[in-house]
Amino acid sequence: MEVIVFLVPLALLLGLFGLLGFLWSLKNGQYDDLEGAAWRAISDDDQTPAPRRVELRSESQP
Amino acid sequence: MQATRDFSHYVKHLGSGLAHIDLAVEGVGCASCISKIERGLSAIPDVTLARVNLTDRRVALEWKEGALDPARFIDRLAELGYKAYPFEAVTAEAVEAENSRFLLRCLGVAAFATMNVMMLSIPVWSGNVSDMLPEQREFFHWISALIALPAAAYAGQPFFRSAFNALRTGNVNMDVPISIGVILALATSIVETIGHAEHAYFDAAIMLLTFLLIGRYLDQNMRRRTRAVAGNLAALKAETATKFVGPDEISVVPAAAVMAGDIVLLRPGERSAIDGTVVDGRSEIDQSLITGETLHAAVEPGSEVYAGSLNISGSLRIRVSAASEGTLLAEIQRLLDHAVQVRSRYVQLADRASRLYAPVVHATAFLTMIGWLIAGASVHNAIITAIAVLIITCPCALGLAIPTVQTVASGAMFRAGVLLNSGDAIERVAEVDRIIFDKTGTLTLPELDVVNAAAVPADVFDLAGRLALASHHPVAAALARAAGAKSPLPGITEQPGQGVRGILKGEEVRLGSPTFCKADDLANEILSRDPEASVVAFARGEKRYVFAVCQSLRPDARAVIAALRKRGVAVEIVSGDREPAVRAAAEMLQIPEWRAGVTPADKIARIEELKRQGFKVMMVGDGLNDAPSLAAAHVSMSPISAAHLSQATADLVFLGNRLAPVIAAVDHSRKALRLMRQNLYLAVGYNFLAVPIAILGFVTPLIAAAAMSGSSILVMLNALRARPVPQENL
Repeated sequence: MEVIVFLVPLALLLGLFGLLGFLWSLKNGQYDDLEGAAWRAISDDDQTPAPRRVELRSESQP
Repeated sequence: MQATRDFSHYVKHLGSGLAHIDLAVEGVGCASCISKIERGLSAIPDVTLARVNLTDRRVALEWKEGALDPARFIDRLAELGYKAYPFEAVTAEAVEAENSRFLLRCLGVAAFATMNVMMLSIPVWSGNVSDMLPEQREFFHWISALIALPAAAYAGQPFFRSAFNALRTGNVNMDVPISIGVILALATSIVETIGHAEHAYFDAAIMLLTFLLIGRYLDQNMRRRTRAVAGNLAALKAETATKFVGPDEISVVPAAAVMAGDIVLLRPGERSAIDGTVVDGRSEIDQSLITGETLHAAVEPGSEVYAGSLNISGSLRIRVSAASEGTLLAEIQRLLDHAVQVRSRYVQLADRASRLYAPVVHATAFLTMIGWLIAGASVHNAIITAIAVLIITCPCALGLAIPTVQTVASGAMFRAGVLLNSGDAIERVAEVDRIIFDKTGTLTLPELDVVNAAAVPADVFDLAGRLALASHHPVAAALARAAGAKSPLPGITEQPGQGVRGILKGEEVRLGSPTFCKADDLANEILSRDPEASVVAFARGEKRYVFAVCQSLRPDARAVIAALRKRGVAVEIVSGDREPAVRAAAEMLQIPEWRAGVTPADKIARIEELKRQGFKVMMVGDGLNDAPSLAAAHVSMSPISAAHLSQATADLVFLGNRLAPVIAAVDHSRKALRLMRQNLYLAVGYNFLAVPIAILGFVTPLIAAAAMSGSSILVMLNALRARPVPQENL
């Protein structure tokens, strides 16, 4: 049973990572538009794959 | 028509050559809108970011500073079929958004802590009946403490602060017993853990905070959403002013960008967005939005003009006395200040409940301790039992009972077109047994309308409407709007003060005053029947027609008044308008009790009189002159077309042309209040079952946790019933 001495802190550490992830996503504004996020997930992006890639490239250049 | 539009007021400079603007957009409601708008705007060169926020119905835009004019975005959105306008968040909304985020952060921390403490507590509970070693249990307790203490210190802030503020001012609110319960539960648990005891309540304390934070967050989120909608509507009014930037040079700027001391031009047919003094020009103005008076007032250099006045006949130059928001007649300001002070501090249901609840609970705990001491228990055991009573009675369900219903009810009202300015308004609306309506702009529509359209042939109506597009006169504008005219006729000339004329297929067409069209006899006939109407005559060749234009009643006003009576709500009209106009409206709506020509001070006096008679009065009004009485009434409501100040003062704001939201507000509120009471009984009843167990000393952490989550879930489920309210066809 001594194994719990490090298993429990390990579990807590993993939980803490989850919490930090949540706080980061909150700070990142990911909860500002829940309704929009729901729709974006099902919206059909296939029609415009090209402009998106261009966008990414232009962002990474400067 | 759009001369230069200067939106620089709204542009934020982000540094590194980027500019940012927020636009409120009307009509965004689906996934395809998002991609349509984002693609449409990203296609403009130099735009680096276009992101739609569907919840708030806004678009955030960033672009490389330089050649791009923000007006272009608005035009682009108009091409795509969306009406948009730059948006500037008012402080109140920014504060709500920040609160909302803080509560979510607290909720995240509390939920994380609850899950992990539970992970440790369940082995302890099951270990207590099997073979857990005391050392293991203690190890689990210490880890629980390590998680729960910092988490509670952080996530409990909203409750601790509110409780501290209440206690400092000598009050008790629901947060006081909550804070005491949480702090005692944690303190006892630490003491017990140090003393190697069997029971610790870290799980109960932190779970309590999680449940309560869910309620708070939902409540806050609903309020934030309401504010966002109200903010968008204000922005989409697109109030502009024509400002003199040089001696003869003008520029159209947003009303928010006008400063005191600026000179603005107010042309006929325009509504003033500012308060000021006339420096040049003579005209008549319609001040019905401010005073309720529908008769036009003459203005000349030196006269005061208030925001919301409609200019009728001549151009005016106005020196701005104060910027767009905080200005008004000194008299109204004084009355308003007074009314806000006098407004008897309404004690919310939750606070009334906690005033009863807290002393009873704390006395019970105290008596439990005394009882056990007398019965011969040790001091330690007596104190532990007393604290167990406090933990089990900690008003988790009670704290959720009201906010959850408020959230669900305000969501339902939101869909019915009612926005809540203050959260406790629901309780107050539910108690209302008398409603005072203002007439102009409240019972009637804010805009003028043609009332005898049915008496005129449709082709004549269309033609007159197209002709009316050439005129700036408000009555002509009303005619054009009523006829749905889109394409103006070519070659029309305006004769100032008389009307417009032109030639169509060899025939002369005229639109204007009855004399100008030689239709005095027809006009007199209409005026003798309805002295309140404004008339505009139309002549084509030898044919003559006269349109009667007036502020017509809201389409469902009569049905709403009848429906209110059926609900046992008495109705009366108190208006600043002249007697004949008010009497006509009262007769049409079958309201026997009405008062005309009432000053703002007398409106308050009438409300006070009714209050003394024991009535709970709701005031529904829109004018600046209504603002003090809106503040004085038990609860108040304004249409979205109301003056800034009235809207800010009213507890509820309703959207659209119909009066039905008033009924919706009453129905939803009554149902919500019933459910709030039910929830309080449920929560208290739960405690009645649990307290005897606690007094007898049988409470284990398992029972505490089960009681708390059980009652909370029950109360939340009951709150969901506030959603549907039977609709009535009006």
